[in-house]
Amino acid sequence: MSVAGFGAAVAASLQRIEIDDKRLNAFTSVTAERARATAAALDAAAAAGQSMGPLAGVPFAVKNLIDIAGLATLAGSRINRDHPPAAADATLVSRLEAVGAILVGALNMGEYAYDFTGENCHYGASRNPHDTARMTGGSSGGSGGAVAGGLVPLALGSDTNGSIRVPASFCGIFGLKPTYGRLSRAGSFPFVVSLDHLGPLARTTRELAVAYDAMQGPDARDPACAQRPAEPVTERLAQGVAGLRIARAGGYFRAGASDQALAALDGVAAALGAGREIDIPEAARARAAAYVITASEGAALHLARLRERPEDFDPDVRDRLIAGALLPAALVAQAHKFRRWYQGAVLRLFDEIDAFLAPATPCVAPLIGQKTLALDGREVPLRPNIGIYTQPLSFVGLPVVAVPVPLAGGLPIGVQIVAAPWREDVALRLSQHLETAGIVGAPLPSA
Amino acid sequence: MNETAGETADLDAFIAAGTRLLGLRIRPEWHDAIRLHLGVSLAHARAVGDFPLADESEPASVFTA
Repeated sequence: MSVAGFGAAVAASLQRIEIDDKRLNAFTSVTAERARATAAALDAAAAAGQSMGPLAGVPFAVKNLIDIAGLATLAGSRINRDHPPAAADATLVSRLEAVGAILVGALNMGEYAYDFTGENCHYGASRNPHDTARMTGGSSGGSGGAVAGGLVPLALGSDTNGSIRVPASFCGIFGLKPTYGRLSRAGSFPFVVSLDHLGPLARTTRELAVAYDAMQGPDARDPACAQRPAEPVTERLAQGVAGLRIARAGGYFRAGASDQALAALDGVAAALGAGREIDIPEAARARAAAYVITASEGAALHLARLRERPEDFDPDVRDRLIAGALLPAALVAQAHKFRRWYQGAVLRLFDEIDAFLAPATPCVAPLIGQKTLALDGREVPLRPNIGIYTQPLSFVGLPVVAVPVPLAGGLPIGVQIVAAPWREDVALRLSQHLETAGIVGAPLPSA
Repeated sequence: MNETAGETADLDAFIAAGTRLLGLRIRPEWHDAIRLHLGVSLAHARAVGDFPLADESEPASVFTA
């Protein structure tokens, strides 16, 4: 970018946010002054001949459970408005800015991340850029809407049970949920610590990979962050997929999927030559165990707030949390034991394959306000069931890239590319291959 | 989830006692949703509990010393 180009780029992004966020409701705060200052500093550095980072001048925004110095970290809640402003940026914000990215704001989300819809009774629903009557998915709803709508090319979200992959699917963009422990969560508001991940959403595989590379590395501020050196992937995207053994998940991962979800999955599988179908052992039970742990540990996190300010919660979240508080500990302990068994069973699959494919969501984006979902011929509550295909995978921390498949009807849907732990490179190479072949992509929605 | 009348009564009693013991006050209009979610969670927990695990099974903890 030319000298003074960063300031102009940021001005354009801020203008787009001002215009388009009125209909998308993706942002809860816009950090315009900070963004202009960062851009001016970058312009000055460029004028002085300093080298620029790989994300120089790229505007980005973060789910509002990620700390931004000077702003209260809302986590989608009304209650956290009363918190003091964050004293410092989250680690991932600092790492992105260190390579030149420019923070432009904080993004809407489902309250306390206990959400797959992107709806929020306090701040309004995030709206899907492909059809604003429809959900973005959640809980990183603003992250999905902001990137899909072209307000920013890059956003950060969090994913406990699917909250990056669901909005990526509904909004038709790329999302990366890395291996558990790969990216630092320091400076983010938690939900279920043994399941929480942070990760990027973007319009291309390459942007996803560049951001991911910039954010890798140990962080003593997050006890779960792995002591692994960074393993950059961007330069490996072009390696292709020759020699990779790819399968598609059957059984549980096909039952309940809509025709659109199956068509997307089958199209991606055909493009990758993934003819082999594998069974993920006990996937339904894994989803059940993730559900139980989430309900219980999420409730434990919020127990004091549930006692003191229950009326200030989003009712859809509060009622689930109160129910979670009542779950007997013996049942939760059993779920944690099952988790170990399941992890072993899933890891053995990777003796014979390098990656497998699964739907990201059972359907395209539902209408905002929709309460039920047709699943396997039954009407079931929508909220807890959007994540049926994401939960069994994050439950054991596998890295997943959600890739967007544009459908003829206009609404996109995602497919999950799932790799072995610490092999984000495999999933991203497959994503790049599909994108280059035109099978997946994130075109801007037609106005 | 289709509960029998007996299960519904058990859940209602459990919610009343549990929320009281945990110091949670709930409004009457919240009750049905809490019962629905608790019933679903317990059904999931039963499915997990039905899986045979050895007594020596270790939980998947994230704590490392």
